Amino acid sequence: MEPDGLLSGIYRTFQIVWESFPQLLGGALLTIEITIISVLLGLCFAVPLALARVSSNPLLRWPVYGYIFYFRGTPLLVQIFLIYYGSGQFSDFLEDIGLWTYFREAYFCAVLTLTLNTAAYTAEILRGGIQAVPHGEIEAARAVGMSGGLLYRRIILPKAFRLALPAYGNEVVFLFQATSLVSIITLMDLTGVARVIVARSFHVYEIYITAGLIYLTITYGILWVFRKVEFHLGGHLRERPATAVGSKAVVAPTVAPR
Amino acid sequence: MKKLATMTIAAAALALFAGNASADMQKVRIGTEGAYPPFNSIDSEGNLVGFDVDIAKAVCEAANFDCEFVVQDWDGIIPGLLAKKYDAIVASMSITPEREEVVDFTNKYYNTPAKFVAADDADFDISPEGLAGKSIGVQRATIHENFLRDNFPEADIRVYATQDEANADLVAGRLDLVMADSVALSDGFLKTDMGKGFAFIGPDYSEPKWHGKGVGIAIRKGEDELREAFNAAIKQIREDGTYEEIQSKYFDFDVYGKPTS
Repeated sequence: MEPDGLLSGIYRTFQIVWESFPQLLGGALLTIEITIISVLLGLCFAVPLALARVSSNPLLRWPVYGYIFYFRGTPLLVQIFLIYYGSGQFSDFLEDIGLWTYFREAYFCAVLTLTLNTAAYTAEILRGGIQAVPHGEIEAARAVGMSGGLLYRRIILPKAFRLALPAYGNEVVFLFQATSLVSIITLMDLTGVARVIVARSFHVYEIYITAGLIYLTITYGILWVFRKVEFHLGGHLRERPATAVGSKAVVAPTVAPR
Repeated sequence: MKKLATMTIAAAALALFAGNASADMQKVRIGTEGAYPPFNSIDSEGNLVGFDVDIAKAVCEAANFDCEFVVQDWDGIIPGLLAKKYDAIVASMSITPEREEVVDFTNKYYNTPAKFVAADDADFDISPEGLAGKSIGVQRATIHENFLRDNFPEADIRVYATQDEANADLVAGRLDLVMADSVALSDGFLKTDMGKGFAFIGPDYSEPKWHGKGVGIAIRKGEDELREAFNAAIKQIREDGTYEEIQSKYFDFDVYGKPTS
């Protein structure tokens, strides 16, 4: 390509990206919104599910096991199709019981599917955390008289959350990227917007690379938040800074004063 | 397992044999969608069927091409052509100025108007103001999507990967209307069990700016030899009665539209 053609090509690329950027950002907002709602709701469901999963009562354990097995064992795409088009097939029944106003909206179906999906994964991650709490700590708690709810609230769950955090960070990133699937049920998330622009302009590379960079930036933000939270929760596990001064840094006197 | 192996060998032998037999024929791969009845769809046995498919086969025979079909989702069908996954698109693709910037087209092989469909008791005022806020389903990356976005900007336009999905949502009550090619809607939806209780509403739309010059075969830019071969083949099947024979299999009216000038 001639230098002239190359320059104008680069210029045109930037122009295309610049013109479509506001639309893409609008889509990214919906992506973030769906991710946050699903992650928060999913976490709320996941805690009782994880407790039921480790329960000794089979009536609690087995239904939850089945639920987790289904949502981890089938593709998210199938789950979205099932809940969106599946509910469409039973719209009369859902209308009778008053649920159709919710299932009518693609937004509701998307958030519902993503919530159920991430709740299953998160419950399994939390179960791992709960079972990884050292036995000695539980024994120690029992020795001072803790049991039942108090034991879980004070000892097991805080420790389990801390143990599960790195894996949970992964799950949130996965869910964030999985939201791109909602564009197939008509939602205009980042991927949906990108597809609409590409369909009309045929600038496949320019638009998808831009969309990819936006996803990358947001993923970086999620990772940053989790790093901060991990740092915050792991304070007692870090070595104290050697040069720190002040009352907080004063450790037990190990050497005799000279 | 053994049976599968035998079948594989048989298939390979067959392919080899077919390859030998047509050694002098030009191989042309045809991209199509397979989800747009009655033009192209996949039947219960997994075969590609429909008007587009039959026309493609007839055109290939007339041009003496050895054709092979490749199924590709609609919104990736032009990128797939440009990426050389196949050499031509025969998938009810309308010839529009936007598409002509990236691909070349043969002359049209049919031309039918676009229409809206809604519940048969619906009473919509079909105008940009009348449809403001109404949800309209349309297939992604089609002339109908562009037409709606430019002419009904106030409507709630929802895009679907396939027309079948848009129709399903119309039946479910998530959409007020759908827009697509009139024949695709009539044969692919209204005449089926699913389409009971729905009907065409509003005028025929056939605006060259959006709906183009009819439906043609898309090929990569600059492949003039292939385009001319297809054009000659389309002309031939129009003249020798093959076209009418295929048309009568699917439609009881003329889908070719006005002769090209």
